[in-house]
Amino acid sequence: MTITTTDAGVLALIAIMTLVTLLTRFGGVFAMSFVRISPRVESFINTMASSVLIAIIVPMAFAGDAGAVAALLATAGVMLAIRKPLPAITAGIAAAGLVRWLI
Amino acid sequence: MTSSVYSYQLSPAKIRSEFLRLLPISLFVMAFGAAFGLASVQKGLEPLQSLLMSLTVFAGASQFAAVDMWGTEVSVLPLMAVVFAINSRHLLMGASLYPMLQHLPPAKRYGILLLLTDANWAVSAQDYQSGRRNLEVILGGGLAIWMAWLIGTWLGVYFGGLLQNPKSLGLDMVLGCFLLAMALGGEKSPRILVAWFVAGAASLAAWKWLPPNTHVVAGALAGGAVGLFWLDDRPPSDGGTQ
Repeated sequence: MTITTTDAGVLALIAIMTLVTLLTRFGGVFAMSFVRISPRVESFINTMASSVLIAIIVPMAFAGDAGAVAALLATAGVMLAIRKPLPAITAGIAAAGLVRWLI
Repeated sequence: MTSSVYSYQLSPAKIRSEFLRLLPISLFVMAFGAAFGLASVQKGLEPLQSLLMSLTVFAGASQFAAVDMWGTEVSVLPLMAVVFAINSRHLLMGASLYPMLQHLPPAKRYGILLLLTDANWAVSAQDYQSGRRNLEVILGGGLAIWMAWLIGTWLGVYFGGLLQNPKSLGLDMVLGCFLLAMALGGEKSPRILVAWFVAGAASLAAWKWLPPNTHVVAGALAGGAVGLFWLDDRPPSDGGTQ
């Protein structure tokens, strides 16, 4: 099925995207309302939560160019050294810009 | 069993302070928004259509992927599949907030989820792991990001030529660096480190061999499985669950 991108068609496509995204925003919480939060479930949720971050970042590092890798390394270095997010992010972006300018 | 009394009160003062806390990162979100606005008009969307998409969909990566599929005709099922796959991480992110969200009445619970996105979720999830309950950042921080996303889209649609190459400035790495800083700022017990290793390996494997855009969910579930079988031996830091 295809939708032609007339004015009404575009509105329909945006509405479809909105509904699908809404389903993902609401779905996890709705499903959890049927689950009893035992210590085991709580443990699953907590390790899963911090794993989401790692699962986003690792392929980003492998797929990215030297600038992307430099950005992540600089962020990690500064974050582990001084534990402040904003300087760490700034260092990461500066590293990406610098490496891409050099190469 | 859920309590009939909803014990979580959203504090207006804290909503404001979390709004301000995420303003710096919102500036970068604005730059992404500008890149999206530019990409969408180049693919033939009208300015108002781009703005409407940013207003109602409010999920950057999936919007980029969608306009990439744009043409005189758009296939509906592939569009839905791509948007769902990219945004399916919201399912897990929302679920991870449930121990806090269950203490809000349903209207507010689902209301603030409209503003759920990577950055404000990462702050809330890390605060929760440190024993602080912070749903205000989902609302206040989410509003900051949402406004920035709209303003950015607007700038990109009308003045997109000003930002020719955001990549050369490193702007494409803002979200990655932010999420990494959040991860490293959280708890680092042996249990978490093992979960990270498993999550990273599973995510890479899924990225290489599974259909596109499934790697985040695959990695996160694999990391969560570590927690399912290896329970935290500390006493729970939060008395909010009954």
